[in-house]
Amino acid sequence: MSLISVKDLKKNYVNEDVVTHVLRGVTFNVDQGEFVAIMGPSGSGKSTLMHILSFLDRPTDGQYEFKGKDTREFPDEYLASLRNEEVGFVFQSFNLLPRTTVLDNVKLPLQYGKKKNHDQIARGALEAVGLSHRLDYYTNQISGGEKQRVAIARALVCDPAVIFADEPTGNLDSKSGNVIMSILQSLNNQGRTIILVTHEMDTANHAKRIVRLKDGAIIADELISRRTIATSDKELVK
Amino acid sequence: MRPLRHLTRSRSSQRSKAFFAHEHLYYLLLPGGCPSHTLDRMNFFSTIRLVIRTLLARKGRSALTILGIVIGVAGVIIIIALGAGAQSLVLGQVTKLGTNLLSVQPGKSNENGPPAQLFGIVVTSLTIEDANALRDRARVPHAVAVMAGASGSGTVIWQNSQIDTNFVATEASYPEVVTVEMRAGRFFSQQEDGGNANVVVLGSTVADELFASSGADPIGQVIKVKGASQLEAGGIPMRVIGVVSPRGSAFFQNQDDQIFLPLEIGQKQLLGIHYLQFVNLKVDSADNINQTISDATAVLMQQHHIKREVDADFTIRNQADAVNILSTVTDALKLFLTAMAAIALVVGGIGILNIMLVTVAERTREIGLRKAVGASNAAVRNQFLLEAGTLTSLGGLIGIVFGVAVSYLVSLLMNYIGYDWAFVISISSVLLAVGVSILTGVIFGLYPAFKAARLNPIDALRYE
Repeated sequence: MSLISVKDLKKNYVNEDVVTHVLRGVTFNVDQGEFVAIMGPSGSGKSTLMHILSFLDRPTDGQYEFKGKDTREFPDEYLASLRNEEVGFVFQSFNLLPRTTVLDNVKLPLQYGKKKNHDQIARGALEAVGLSHRLDYYTNQISGGEKQRVAIARALVCDPAVIFADEPTGNLDSKSGNVIMSILQSLNNQGRTIILVTHEMDTANHAKRIVRLKDGAIIADELISRRTIATSDKELVK
Repeated sequence: MRPLRHLTRSRSSQRSKAFFAHEHLYYLLLPGGCPSHTLDRMNFFSTIRLVIRTLLARKGRSALTILGIVIGVAGVIIIIALGAGAQSLVLGQVTKLGTNLLSVQPGKSNENGPPAQLFGIVVTSLTIEDANALRDRARVPHAVAVMAGASGSGTVIWQNSQIDTNFVATEASYPEVVTVEMRAGRFFSQQEDGGNANVVVLGSTVADELFASSGADPIGQVIKVKGASQLEAGGIPMRVIGVVSPRGSAFFQNQDDQIFLPLEIGQKQLLGIHYLQFVNLKVDSADNINQTISDATAVLMQQHHIKREVDADFTIRNQADAVNILSTVTDALKLFLTAMAAIALVVGGIGILNIMLVTVAERTREIGLRKAVGASNAAVRNQFLLEAGTLTSLGGLIGIVFGVAVSYLVSLLMNYIGYDWAFVISISSVLLAVGVSILTGVIFGLYPAFKAARLNPIDALRYE
């Protein structure tokens, strides 16, 4: 059984009688422990696909099974709890709360979950991304690379089945971007499923498999033969 | 057939969205507030903590937002407290004069209108013979005391001190009708009154001011009293035989800035008149007031040779009626002012609505993020409702403290000035103010909260 299984997935937007077909029947599976890059130019539908896979949006048509269950009839409240427990997000623009400490940002998802010991769990997640020394800093006092590591810690804190990273290095210099990719790779090595959305080949090459989208359809789905391994620069991680 | 299927599907999802919106409204009416699974999912206390942290992060704005509520709540409490204080003061003064008191005034007046004298009309028809006729217990059996009088302004002189004051020319029966406590000496007797003795009783303020510099005992001193209309120097020498204890103010007139002297001396030598300005009757019990009014009316009509009651050239007033009229007027005034303060509260509520809408727009990305990491619509809605509720409750609390403090200061001030002002904070005014302020917070917080809850997380995350 695949973790994620989509069949003939379609998404249309209707705007004043004009129908835009964003996804025109996408079919593919993602297994537990995979590192998949979804690639494509802007307008290819990769973001829409990610939104549907991460329960932020619903498909117009087609089937989406998550852990073997058809998600079509799930009510909104249940989708919210799935986003909390099964999914972690890393955004291009970090999306951290302003005027809030690093630790409180990481605790945010726990506020909507059932777990206890928020403090302990959040500290553990920040240790995993090498930010134990920044717990009480405010988010405007740390660098871009550190912000994205806070975002990764926040994505990890509810122990999700899959992490969605939407252009995670897009706003970073290459050194910091390298650190982020090395963290994602090490998380994947520990068995975490990661779905990376990007339009940059260099970034996509860090994954194990590339799904290429164009005009709302998959044009290629292949394993990467010569994968880039991000050199984890210990100095930067520290 | 495919496109058709899409259409029906999207329509049904729209319908289910509308259904959920109604369901949320319904939850608000339940005692529990929201369904148990949302309660499980979002810890109430952590939400409170979050709300407080958010509000503290914008201290200046939060303070300005609650200012409207603070003013509204404080306004309601102050107005109700001052209204109650003023009412008790006015009614207290009327009752202090005695509710068993009837007052005869010259001139016909409308039942509810003011006496003719207030319009500057001088009516000379009331005389000492009328007062003596009313004293006849055979004709007016329930009048236990009758006191005739006239008053005016004048000057008192002792050695080098000279004070402008008011004088009351009255009879020895004055203390039988109006309560008078003597600080020293005594009120003048019937012999002194009838014999036109040159004796005077001073109010406490007059006595203190006149004899302050010398420290002399006022009793036995001879002072000179001059009416305002008398031009020649000197005045009438009169011996002080008593000083009245302080009585405070009534109807914005200092009751201690007065002197009392025998009727005829005041009438003829100070005022230069032969008529009376008032005759007051004390009735033995409240039950006999109406009987006494009709008895007195009959006596005076006979005295003045008047056949029909509508032609009467005098007015008899009853203190109990005055109390009723006064409380009706003050009640209406209180209600009116409270309504004004309530409008201030509603305006404060609109301020909350405004700020909450700005806040929701400003924090669109935050709302998107919260939804992405698992916040349900209900959790987002509750967060913003709680924010508005916290703002108004805080405003209400500060308003109560402020309102009570101001009311207390006013009562201190009024007592200092010399009024017998009661500090009254009614529980109902506090409950009203708090209830209305929390209600405005919830009502004006609802729309922004629902707006936040309905935001699409994808659009919200992209929002710049």
